[in-house]
Amino acid sequence: MKLIFEKSVPGRHCDLLGKCDVAAAELPQKYLRATPPELPELSEVDVSRHYTELNQHVHGVNCGFYPLGSCTMKYNPRVDEEMAALPGFTAVHPLAPEAHTRGCRAVLDTAAQYLCEISGMDAMTFQPAAGAHGEFTGVLLIKQYHDARGDTARRKIIVPDSAHGTNPATAAMCGFEVVNIPSAPDGCVDLDALKAALGEDTAGLMLTNPNTVGIFDENILEITKLVHEAGGLCYYDGANLNAVMGVVRPGDMGFDCIHMNLHKTFATPHGGGGPGAGAVGCKEFLKPYLPASALMDGAGKKQVRAFAGNFLVVVRALTYLMTLGCEGVPEAAKNAVLNANYLMQRVKGTFEPAFDRICMHEFVLDLSEYKKETGVSALDVAKSLIDYGMHPPTMYFPLIVHEALMLEPTETESKQTLDWAADVFRKLYALGKTDSETMHAAPHHAQIGRPDEVKAARNPIVRWYNDSETETVRGAGN
Amino acid sequence: MATPNELKYTSTHEWAKIEGNTATIGISDHAQQALGDLVFINLPQEGDEAVAGEAFGDLESVKAVSDLISPVSGTICAVNEALLDAPEMLNEDPYGAWIIKVEMSGETEELLDAAAYDALCEQEG
Repeated sequence: MKLIFEKSVPGRHCDLLGKCDVAAAELPQKYLRATPPELPELSEVDVSRHYTELNQHVHGVNCGFYPLGSCTMKYNPRVDEEMAALPGFTAVHPLAPEAHTRGCRAVLDTAAQYLCEISGMDAMTFQPAAGAHGEFTGVLLIKQYHDARGDTARRKIIVPDSAHGTNPATAAMCGFEVVNIPSAPDGCVDLDALKAALGEDTAGLMLTNPNTVGIFDENILEITKLVHEAGGLCYYDGANLNAVMGVVRPGDMGFDCIHMNLHKTFATPHGGGGPGAGAVGCKEFLKPYLPASALMDGAGKKQVRAFAGNFLVVVRALTYLMTLGCEGVPEAAKNAVLNANYLMQRVKGTFEPAFDRICMHEFVLDLSEYKKETGVSALDVAKSLIDYGMHPPTMYFPLIVHEALMLEPTETESKQTLDWAADVFRKLYALGKTDSETMHAAPHHAQIGRPDEVKAARNPIVRWYNDSETETVRGAGN
Repeated sequence: MATPNELKYTSTHEWAKIEGNTATIGISDHAQQALGDLVFINLPQEGDEAVAGEAFGDLESVKAVSDLISPVSGTICAVNEALLDAPEMLNEDPYGAWIIKVEMSGETEELLDAAAYDALCEQEG
């Protein structure tokens, strides 16, 4: 399809923006640009059709099955959107008089209380804008704790090799040295490797449980005990909380602080770049180091973002929690686990699970043997799924499994959808054995075929060029 | 592609050509095949210290990002900056395209000869 710039017709316009009701301010000449910006000129119907066409080119959870492992692409109830659109929440300013913001503060307090209950923590901040920001904030709490005690020799954060890449990145951004420990053959933490890595220089451990291959680490109490005995703290990455919310609490597993992705686990559409909310919770002894808004909560507070963070994401999370209630939240987690196990068992016998045991909310298929036999890679299978109207699973992650496909069906999918998905996987398994060429070239029926990913990465064209630029500028990139 | 006998290898799939006190370092044919088409390389600077068993840079393919692990310790005395614009040279000629040269000091990792490295690759599949 054409870009919106390519659809532009000089002189065409629309009235989507209302009339300006204040006097135009005169900017000093020195700040004005010499040439007008090259903006597309379109009528309202042009704009409407453009975005509708774009919408037809993408696949969201509203279009079909979306088992993107580790991303929890579950369907978000409409009521959560409706609550977040209430004018009382959208038309409020954080600096409005206290009497005008009591409702919003009640939302924040109630959501904090519920999320503390679910996570087993004592205090919560909603400032971090998303997961990685939450990790950064959480690990800074650990740093502050050690520094405040004068225990400044603790420079190392331990991260298992199956972790999300954000974990070692977070530790490094916080100024720590990252110690990578290998996983045991079952994908869980290798206790001997952990013991060997622990010492007087250990600041803490970052862990997800269930872990990245969808397995609940049964040694978790031993793991957190060992870290605490060495003088370190335990950070829980809430990426996989959807499997255990309302069932088991990270605080009871021995974790000292945690972030939760409200935008994945607690109902905000995600994958589009935001906004999100990486709520950070901690035990009482870390509470003094939690960030807060200096303007809203009093002077002297350290903050990681303005005011209360992405407030409307918290409104959605609270709505989600209140509509599900204390029975619905664990039921959602249990259904997520049930769905993943059901799908894994239905696919098994064709593509094989990397770890053949009961999984949590997600599982990993290992296609390395299949690739050796047929030449069909995890990428080929992922691309072939697109022809069936299914979003591909996560590919080539976690790194400890070669030719990995990681599936997370989520709790909102029906048995019929899971049966259909399993049948598609079985069909593709058979197809690869007889006709690998078809799969190498997939997808065949999508709007876009198989892009040249290598060329796209080496010579990316990331912006639009007008006719006069095309020759001179764009030519260089090709 | 045959694994050159004159080179030494690591279990993390780097090769080292040791001449006197200087080690030239690259990645093996097995490594470039497993990674797939390389699109980006992050290189150290001349004068940086390389430590045996620790990362000195990283490589990015369309699949994943991987650390480059140094087989030896010492001071990095040359960096193949041509790779910055053309990381595909590592795909095209893995044993010809070197990444860094290290003026060695102190210990080296335990390195494998070509036969032992082939056996390792066979085992990993």
